[in-house]
Amino acid sequence: MTASVFFGCTFIAFGPAIALFLFTIARDPLRVIFLIAGAFFWLCSLLLSSLVWFITVQISNKESSSQQKGLLIFGVVLSVLLQETCRFGYYKLLKKANEGLLMLSAEETMPISIRQLAYVSGLGFGFMSGAFSMVNILADSVGPGTIGIHGDSQHYFLSSAFMTMAIILLHMFWGVVFFDSCEKQHWWSLAVVVISHLLVSCLTFQNPQYVGSLVPTYIIVFLVGLWAFFCSGGSLRNLKLCLTCKDKDFLLANHRPR
Amino acid sequence: MTGRGPGTIIGFPHKRKLVTSIKLFLFFCLSDVSCNSVAQKIYVELNNTVPCVRLLNATHQIGCQSSISGDTGVIHVLESEADLEWPLSKGPNPPYMVLLESSLFTKSIMMKMKNASSRVAGVVVVPKTSPPEFSPHTTCPNENTGVYTETYDHNLAHCNTTVWNPRGNGLSYEEFDFPVFSLKEDNETEVIKQCYFDHNRVVNGSGLQYPLCAMQLFSHMHAVTDTATCMRRSSMDFSTSPVMVCDPLGGYNVCAFIRPYNSTAFGHKENESVVIAAARLDSKAFFLEDSTGAEGSVSGFVTLLAAAQALCEATQEAPRTRNILFAFFHGEVFDYIGSSRMVYDMKNNMFVIDLDNVHSILEIGQVAVRSGTNLFLHSDPVSRRNNTVHDEVRGSEMLLFVAHFSQPLPPSSFQRFLRARAIPGIVLADHQTDFNNRYYESFYDNAAHLNLTYPSNLSPEEQLEFVTDTAKVTQMLYGFLVRSNNSWFQAVMAPELKDILQPNPPQYYVGVAKSSHQANALTYLVQYLLANLTGTATNLTQSQCKKPDELPNESTYLYSYLWVQGMVPPNSTQRESFCVRTAVRLVKAVSPAFDLGDYVSKEYSTWTKSQWKFIKARIFLVASRDLEMLTLGVGVAVLFTSLLVTYFVSTKADVLFSSVREPNNAAY
Repeated sequence: MTASVFFGCTFIAFGPAIALFLFTIARDPLRVIFLIAGAFFWLCSLLLSSLVWFITVQISNKESSSQQKGLLIFGVVLSVLLQETCRFGYYKLLKKANEGLLMLSAEETMPISIRQLAYVSGLGFGFMSGAFSMVNILADSVGPGTIGIHGDSQHYFLSSAFMTMAIILLHMFWGVVFFDSCEKQHWWSLAVVVISHLLVSCLTFQNPQYVGSLVPTYIIVFLVGLWAFFCSGGSLRNLKLCLTCKDKDFLLANHRPR
Repeated sequence: MTGRGPGTIIGFPHKRKLVTSIKLFLFFCLSDVSCNSVAQKIYVELNNTVPCVRLLNATHQIGCQSSISGDTGVIHVLESEADLEWPLSKGPNPPYMVLLESSLFTKSIMMKMKNASSRVAGVVVVPKTSPPEFSPHTTCPNENTGVYTETYDHNLAHCNTTVWNPRGNGLSYEEFDFPVFSLKEDNETEVIKQCYFDHNRVVNGSGLQYPLCAMQLFSHMHAVTDTATCMRRSSMDFSTSPVMVCDPLGGYNVCAFIRPYNSTAFGHKENESVVIAAARLDSKAFFLEDSTGAEGSVSGFVTLLAAAQALCEATQEAPRTRNILFAFFHGEVFDYIGSSRMVYDMKNNMFVIDLDNVHSILEIGQVAVRSGTNLFLHSDPVSRRNNTVHDEVRGSEMLLFVAHFSQPLPPSSFQRFLRARAIPGIVLADHQTDFNNRYYESFYDNAAHLNLTYPSNLSPEEQLEFVTDTAKVTQMLYGFLVRSNNSWFQAVMAPELKDILQPNPPQYYVGVAKSSHQANALTYLVQYLLANLTGTATNLTQSQCKKPDELPNESTYLYSYLWVQGMVPPNSTQRESFCVRTAVRLVKAVSPAFDLGDYVSKEYSTWTKSQWKFIKARIFLVASRDLEMLTLGVGVAVLFTSLLVTYFVSTKADVLFSSVREPNNAAY
């Protein structure tokens, strides 16, 4: 539509991701490297799924509409599965790398914990996924026109931006939960992650009824966020302590030398 | 991965629509068309547009200009002149893009919009029915470059005696700083009107509801001010390939002698006396690419072509002492480019004859719109004060009506010859005083203006053969005014040029002078037609036709040899091509001002056309400013909130994410 819509949608979609990057990742070069590697792994999964999609579309019957719809659903499901597979592959790679890093470094403790790696890799997945979802749309939002001349809904740009923000946050939470369940060998929680990813992707088939796809997605974001919070060592007690500003006492108490 | 694969971006409420759009999108993606489904959902590109472009001369710039990133405006379909208040003052969403029908495309409406150009983003004209009269040209065409200047005769200058084009409103010579486009009446216009009726109509006097239907026009012109400025800017680039900002107008004149001379020997020819029979080739309109010129130019040169054929046949049998030069001048509308060039060449010994060889001049002007069979003969009163000139002219006043003795010549190429020397001459026209042509130099001067209609059930070939008495003339009129791609024109053209024949009439606008030896379609048509009508068919083969000098009886000094396609015989598909020997030549017609480097010349034409990068038009919906600001506000709020929360979380991370260890000795 114009520059104001462009900047508005950019901030909505990438605001949390930028804030997270600035405050938690930008200072530590090791985290930056792992973030970029995570983004690369997401790109690999996209490459594989788009190859499969391209081949299947070429050999399919382009006239048959039901076949094309089925192909689309198949494409979505395949892509979700490939992403989670790449996430698992990245986890395996990071475990191996951590051992190697430990051997090389001078200190005794690991420079970066697996929990931090989970968060960073999830955010890397989220960045790249958000970029691919949103950049094309942002480029067209700069022009003077808005969607609607063929009868579509006007709120396309806004809802795409909110969806992208949800996806980025979700990828981050899923990363944390995924790595944690791999560490603890809780395979059922792994399955829940994959199922929730599939659910969110399939919710987008509701578009253009944006309310029908955005509201459930944000509910899922909240739930998975809570789960990730508990997985990464948070608890209600800690939260209450922080919010009522009694955290200093707690820290002093906990770090009392024994 | 979200379900936002290729299809879900399009997402329609009904499954069938969703899937159709998937099909469409996939079709476009996989067929190598630029694949941007989001842009396709926003914009509808308009392809059949004709823009108004910028022309410059020694003192002015005329035409239209858009800003460099296009001009956007809310569409408003104008219903009457009173409705103009809405875009100019009352409408709440300026700027407006005004859509006019041809009956409202008048000078008063355009000038009102020009004066309020902050509220008008552009104008789009949809040509429909012809108005009763319309001429965007000036009332006194070519008044400064004809022969009637203050020094020649004060009373006749500036159309003091006769105003030739009284209906002229001068719209073509105005300067607009918004773009003006013309659309053909077809599906695209329907799409625009549908979009307007769906979104932009005022309901019950209340304000309009966003989103509104808008249009964006791109026609940014590079040249400004006048020819001297743009030529100076063009040559300022010191690289090997200079960047031109504007191009001089020009083309080629088509010339043919009945008895040809050696084309390499320029200058005066002893004891040679030549009568020049002249006609004008080009014409123009407000939208230059839409130039038709039925009465303005076609009537004249088609008559001359028919006369050339008849005279050539007659002089074969009985050769005369005096030679005849058939000259078809191009670029005459723009201050006599072609004829001024020929006079300049003659004066400077750059043409095969010079002004001393010219005995007299006969010009055929506008001859088609006649009441009865009246044809008038115009002559120049000032040169007739000379007795020899007067006697010559008197001799020709036989069967025709004569215009008043003291009336000056209408705008004609003959005036340029008179500017150089007092030569006897006449101009034939269908008007006694002012023009009979109600659509002089406008888009409506077309086949319908000449009542050139055919019964609707005829095929193109049948229309070509739909003859009255003078077969060749009606066939020529058909080819030049209705459809140039017909069997006769195909037969007379060269094989490599057959693509210039289209299902439409050719363009009559002179165009820019190309540096390569390429003329425009009209020039080639007239050249090959004249060759067919006045030349002789030979038995040469194609390779001999390219190099005829090796043969004993042929000479490229006197003749030019053209290989033409020929007719298709009834029972075969191969054309019988042959070589035509003809005296027709193309002579360069670019204003001498550009050779002399005098870009402020008052003597010669200095018209140039600006260059541009691209010209396009598109329609789309625009959202209200409030929604845009809301989006920006929400975005900034989200960003700040997330910055704050992240800062809070990252500083308290030790506490928030510590693993729960119950201290054995409770803290107090």
